[in-house]
Amino acid sequence: MKTAESGAVVMPLYSDEDVVRLRKLVREELAALGFGIVDQTKMITAASELARNTLKYGKGGECHLGKLNESPKIGVELVFTDDGPGIEDTALALTDGYTSGGGLGLGLSGAKKLSDEFHLETRLGEGTTVTIRKWKFS
Amino acid sequence: MSQDSTLQLAGLIKGNEAALVDELITAMRNKLMRFDKASESEIRQQTAQLLKLLELNIPKTTTHNLNDSIWAETKQLLTEFSHARVKQGYTPAETASIIFSLKEPIFKLLRASLTDQPQQLVEELATTTALFDSLGLYTIDVFQKAREMVISRQQQELLELSTPVVQLWQNVLALPLIGTLDSARTQVVMENLLQKIVETGALIAIIDITGVPTVDTLVAQHLLKTIAAARLMGADCIISGIRPQIAQTIVHLGVNLEDVITKATLADAFVIALKKTGASITNSAA
Repeated sequence: MKTAESGAVVMPLYSDEDVVRLRKLVREELAALGFGIVDQTKMITAASELARNTLKYGKGGECHLGKLNESPKIGVELVFTDDGPGIEDTALALTDGYTSGGGLGLGLSGAKKLSDEFHLETRLGEGTTVTIRKWKFS
Repeated sequence: MSQDSTLQLAGLIKGNEAALVDELITAMRNKLMRFDKASESEIRQQTAQLLKLLELNIPKTTTHNLNDSIWAETKQLLTEFSHARVKQGYTPAETASIIFSLKEPIFKLLRASLTDQPQQLVEELATTTALFDSLGLYTIDVFQKAREMVISRQQQELLELSTPVVQLWQNVLALPLIGTLDSARTQVVMENLLQKIVETGALIAIIDITGVPTVDTLVAQHLLKTIAAARLMGADCIISGIRPQIAQTIVHLGVNLEDVITKATLADAFVIALKKTGASITNSAA
């Protein structure tokens, strides 16, 4: 995957309040770029799921929010990184209803369905990086 | 530091309070923009009081650690001083700088009286600086604590405010949820609802999520748990206020709300609730 344009905003994710702040930031960014309310809500929800995963399973990390421009379409990219234990079986983790932490088991797979592009990279013992993107024609 | 040197400082302040305060006020006038007549007389009075306390307490101790009980009264005065500045809109830095500004005129006095004892002058300057630094920093601490108390009080108030359970009709309760549903608040919501179900013996509880901006899997899970607990107590739940974008998101997430009655508006949910409890609304004009 290509990386986002420079000028990415970095949000630390170490508490529940950070997740709330991230949702607010994503909402503002998408609204400013002219995304519709449905796309806004989808991306905010996906961000919320991934941020919570970063917090809960990755023991905290950060989110990079960047803007993309591939004329005629523009987009937003969110990159979640942590230095946590990593994911042993990514296929299993992406299965609807599977959870290792008492949740509904729909967060990671839901984030994939809610975004236009989804990319998961994980190394056991080193951490996990999840990238999601949302596009719109300007 | 020797007992001797601190005695010197107290002795110097004694008899010079008025001059010291005057010099401080002059310095402040040049430094601070918001320095007006009203705060001037107050600062004048409070710094004079502070100097009195210093001249009283300095000889009693060799420590400038403000945790010592000797400084209790001084700390009390600084607390009042800091709170008064908060009210007048001073910043923490401006508040502390008033205390720090006392140093310069005192240094002047020290230099004048100890010109022939350079060794002692250096010692005096060091102790005076240490003392006034800790006094000034204390005002910043107090300032900060006052702010923190306001924030924690507001957090508590938000927790209480945002979770009222209201009775709409006999046997019908409504829980209008507003804002972010993080775990701490959801806990309060759940307890309030279950408690109210016990008190009123309600058969139907309507949970309205019009004011919840994001429904992710965690929020959905909290809702489902609340509904399951209410059901165990004999009350059915209806979720209302599901906006189009939230509906689409829930579908994409794959959250199963099929076992739950859901409605777009609170009004729709209320009609269902009335039907279920055997009541109905008739239009008298018809």
